[in-house]
Amino acid sequence: METILLFSPLAGALICGFGWKFIGETVATYVSTVLLMLTAALSWVIFLTYDANNGVDVISLFKFIESGSLSTDWAIRIDRLTTIMLIVINTVSALVHLYSLGYMARDENFKVGESYRPRFFAYLSFFTFAMLMLVTSDNLLQMFFGWEGVGVASYLLIGFYYRKPSANAANIKAFVVNRVGDFGFALGIFGLFYLTDSINFSEVLDPRNAHHLAETKVVFLSWKMNALEIVTFLLFVGAMGKSAQLVLHTWLPDAMEGPTPVSALIHAATMVTAGVFMVCRLSPLMEYAVWTPNFIVFIGATTAFFAATVGLVQNDIKRVIAYSTCSQLGYMFVAAGVGAYPVAMFHLLTHAFFKAMLFLGAGSVIHAMHHEQDMRNYGNLRKKIPYTFVAMMIGTLAITGVGIPLTGWIGFAGFASKDAVIESAFAGGTGVSMYAYIMLVIAALFTSFYSWRLIFMTFYGKERGDHHSHEHAHESPMVMVIPLAVLALGAIFAGMYWYEDFFGKVKHIEEWFGASIYMNHETNHVIHDAHYVPTWVKLSPFVAMVVGFITAWLFYIKNTDLPKKLAAQQSHLYQFLLKKWYFDELYDVIFVRPAMWLGTVLWKKGDGSIIDGALNGLAMTIVPWFTRLAGRAQSGYLFHYAFAMFVGLAAIITWFAIGGGYR
Amino acid sequence: MDNLLSVVTFLPLLGATILAVFLRGSDAAAQKNAKMLALVVTSATFVISIAIYTQFDSNDTGFQFVEEYDWFGGLKYKLGVDGISVLFVLLTTFLMPVVIGACWLVEDRVKEYMILFLVLETLMIAVFCALDLIMFYVVFEAGLIPMFLIVGVWGGQNRIYAAFKFFLYTLFGSVLMLVAMLAMWWDAGTTDIPTLLQHKFASDSFSIAGITVVGGLQTLLFLAFFASFAVKMPMWPVHTWLPDAHVQAPTAGSVVLAAILLKMGGYGFIRFSLPMFPVASDLLADFVMTLSVIAIIYTSLVAMMQEDMKKLIAYSSVAHMGFVTMGIFTLNQQGLDGAIFQMISHGFISGALFLGVGVIYDRMHTRQIDAYGGLVVRMPAFALVFMLFTMANVGLPGTSGFVGEFLTLIAAFRANTWIAFGATTGVILSAAYALWLYRRVVFGDLIKESLSSITDMDRRERLMMAPLVIMTLLLGIYPALVLDLISPSIGALVQHVQSATPETVQAAVSKASH
Repeated sequence: METILLFSPLAGALICGFGWKFIGETVATYVSTVLLMLTAALSWVIFLTYDANNGVDVISLFKFIESGSLSTDWAIRIDRLTTIMLIVINTVSALVHLYSLGYMARDENFKVGESYRPRFFAYLSFFTFAMLMLVTSDNLLQMFFGWEGVGVASYLLIGFYYRKPSANAANIKAFVVNRVGDFGFALGIFGLFYLTDSINFSEVLDPRNAHHLAETKVVFLSWKMNALEIVTFLLFVGAMGKSAQLVLHTWLPDAMEGPTPVSALIHAATMVTAGVFMVCRLSPLMEYAVWTPNFIVFIGATTAFFAATVGLVQNDIKRVIAYSTCSQLGYMFVAAGVGAYPVAMFHLLTHAFFKAMLFLGAGSVIHAMHHEQDMRNYGNLRKKIPYTFVAMMIGTLAITGVGIPLTGWIGFAGFASKDAVIESAFAGGTGVSMYAYIMLVIAALFTSFYSWRLIFMTFYGKERGDHHSHEHAHESPMVMVIPLAVLALGAIFAGMYWYEDFFGKVKHIEEWFGASIYMNHETNHVIHDAHYVPTWVKLSPFVAMVVGFITAWLFYIKNTDLPKKLAAQQSHLYQFLLKKWYFDELYDVIFVRPAMWLGTVLWKKGDGSIIDGALNGLAMTIVPWFTRLAGRAQSGYLFHYAFAMFVGLAAIITWFAIGGGYR
Repeated sequence: MDNLLSVVTFLPLLGATILAVFLRGSDAAAQKNAKMLALVVTSATFVISIAIYTQFDSNDTGFQFVEEYDWFGGLKYKLGVDGISVLFVLLTTFLMPVVIGACWLVEDRVKEYMILFLVLETLMIAVFCALDLIMFYVVFEAGLIPMFLIVGVWGGQNRIYAAFKFFLYTLFGSVLMLVAMLAMWWDAGTTDIPTLLQHKFASDSFSIAGITVVGGLQTLLFLAFFASFAVKMPMWPVHTWLPDAHVQAPTAGSVVLAAILLKMGGYGFIRFSLPMFPVASDLLADFVMTLSVIAIIYTSLVAMMQEDMKKLIAYSSVAHMGFVTMGIFTLNQQGLDGAIFQMISHGFISGALFLGVGVIYDRMHTRQIDAYGGLVVRMPAFALVFMLFTMANVGLPGTSGFVGEFLTLIAAFRANTWIAFGATTGVILSAAYALWLYRRVVFGDLIKESLSSITDMDRRERLMMAPLVIMTLLLGIYPALVLDLISPSIGALVQHVQSATPETVQAAVSKASH
């Protein structure tokens, strides 16, 4: 069953990508969609029937890289973490396939008669396969395979509209920035292998191994440091790249160049959460490290805050949601960093539902508005596209965390999981976790503001922009509405339904997760403590949410002149946020331009003037001498060199033959 | 068959002789016959060489299929393969039919062209099989001549300059290597390679004219061999002949050069330098690894700025060969396994990339990146194949390009974290230059007037690419096909080097190979 689950998306990708010429475009896309639905169904069966008491299930397929003491297999590892990821990936993927049947039916970026649909579905299915390889891996190598595999799928899908220069720039950026993360990930793998002689989870994730590493010193780049800290740090750099955390986040907003279903699947629900999954997967290592988890909390909290501030002022509907994703991933990392791995997974799960829905909803709006993405050209759409409006409302209620305060769990999905993250941050008990708590509450306020801003600008107020687009705005077909409805169920109920398993009693959580997550009983009480934080802490995210809502209402419903006035008044701050804190400009100056300058200098000066210059000098002295030796003063004729070599070889052989005779 | 290796080695030469003696005329029919004959001969050679693969006993770390005859004078003719060399023989026989396929559109002096490739094949196979030092030297150097003529006669406009450079560089290295070989013969009293592999060359330091030579004779011999192999790799800073040679070479010439000839240097390091001069290898390992890392970063940066596709891929080749030399001089199991794997894999990938450039060059007669753009619109099959090999070139897991890079890097981390750190930046840079090339050539809208009627790959071109596609994916997913074959021999080599080197390094080496 697991094998079928793993390979049916691959089969779908191959059938769709290569078989469409034989079975037709439409059939091919349907085949891949049906296969994904099968995969999704199997995932739910596995998830619901999995019992952590029976331990981890590993199915070895065949060997991968074997060299000396390095030994790795292609394998399928099933444990609680994997099963959670399976339902997230496959449910969203199946729904996105379905949605895309409608969304991609006619695309103006392609000329009439050009076939692009099979390619799109093939990429989607291939992505799903790579993602499954990532989460089912039993060693870091296969994980790396999936890790880069999803990167390629993402690259191909961001650049799907290959005619657009912006898409072609964005996909390279995504791949290269991710490679910077992978650079760290790879070094982490090398380090672990150097230290433990294995990269298989059975050995690497043994708490005794982690404990041992925590007491080992290693020299890295001539710097003696704690082995566990450096290895976990390097691995986390990989997570930062894939999950678009601060300093390596710049690719994610640009990735919105891809078709919207792609953003929902890859850049919201699944691929970008791989980093969070990785940190949770490595929980035994993280538990014994001290510095790295603090660093994770710091990066997560700062990203949550940073991305939320940028989200406040963006006008492109997809970019708002993209920054929102970046911010929510920060929440997950805070939870993982303070040791509340189940809470991180909880938010990962609920976020997948409501964020995928927000993106698909945004896609539906864009679809209705003839590919207009600027919210300043929307307005008053709620009557034209009522289903989409309801879906977006549910998504917004979920992401802003609407629920009944102090119950902890009665509310939309984001209410339960986000409050759990914030309470865990407070319960973390360190300086950096306190910082995280403050940042997350502020970010919650901003989240509420930009989410409601999106709703108000899109669905309320006056119609703005192109009159024609508004007149022709229409609700999307059923294949696009049904996925929204299914995701809405998740966005409403996922938090309440799984609250106990992810954030209930510690004993129950540990039983439910089994060995897939390790929490050190001596040092890690964060989940227990999170239930007993002061009441004001429990209320704080709710208050932030309400304040954000009211401000958004004031700005975009009550007094619509306010935003412009404020932007004019605080123009520096406004520009700073609008330009996303100038990260792109900064990187251009400190990385891109110097690299290109260096490349040119090394080529023209290094290879040209210095190396070839020296050689030419040498040549001017030696070559004439050799050509004279060959009997002709005239140089530069190929035959002579060949002749000289023949003569030389003949001489050598003769000399040896004679010499050999004397021996 | 007792003389399987000889058959495989000389079958192409036989084909060349038949061509030279019996084929007359230069009309279209004769040209066609010449190509067909070359294709049949290279294919037959490959089919026969499969027997080497199936009969090869990977647990036996010694030489197999050994043949030994007296040549003339005191010289010996001795052939044999072990785990280190067997795959290079197969790589050569596998690629040659593809190379002949790449010559299909040539109309100028076809007979001579085919003869040269067939002779070249014999010489290349002989390099990897030769078990006598002098025989090795002869075929190693003689291999240059056909290549030289291929570039010089069928090459581009600036072929004379390229041939010049090629000649000078290699001449310099080979003179030193010859001197070293004479010294070895003098010291050991034999030119038999298996015997020399067991011979202990003196490694006591001595002084000449006030300069102390640490590692003594071994160091001197090592450096002499190094001069030759480093040029062949090519290593930084003696790499500048390669981009020029590639740019001037015809497509088939580039494929042979990148896929097979570049591997001779790496093979030489593993066959001679490491086992025969272990102390010197150990002493100079950091030096070679440093050069390798410089090569990786330097040539990747240079590759990024290239305007000529072939030059870009040539620079990328230098960077990839940097991983090979780095892996070899980690002196541990993963590093050497990875180095050989990288060489085999690079044979397929770089071969395919040059073929890909050839495909569009044949249509547009330019290699300038600027002249292209938006090919995906009219050439979807080409776009797919070129994407696969671009990804393989950047070392994507699941393609063969990953395995070699991964193993050499994981080995380098053991040897020196600075080296590993520097070399790993290569994975970022390679992504940048390779994807940028792809973007400028394949992506974008097809707006250039000149490209408006360009056609996709035809059947011949697809047939040429297919084997390379299969091998790249197969080895990426199931690398054991290569690793199982080479590991025992590499293990023995690592043991040998380890037992001959000072204790300080033994600890590191033993950790990697237990």
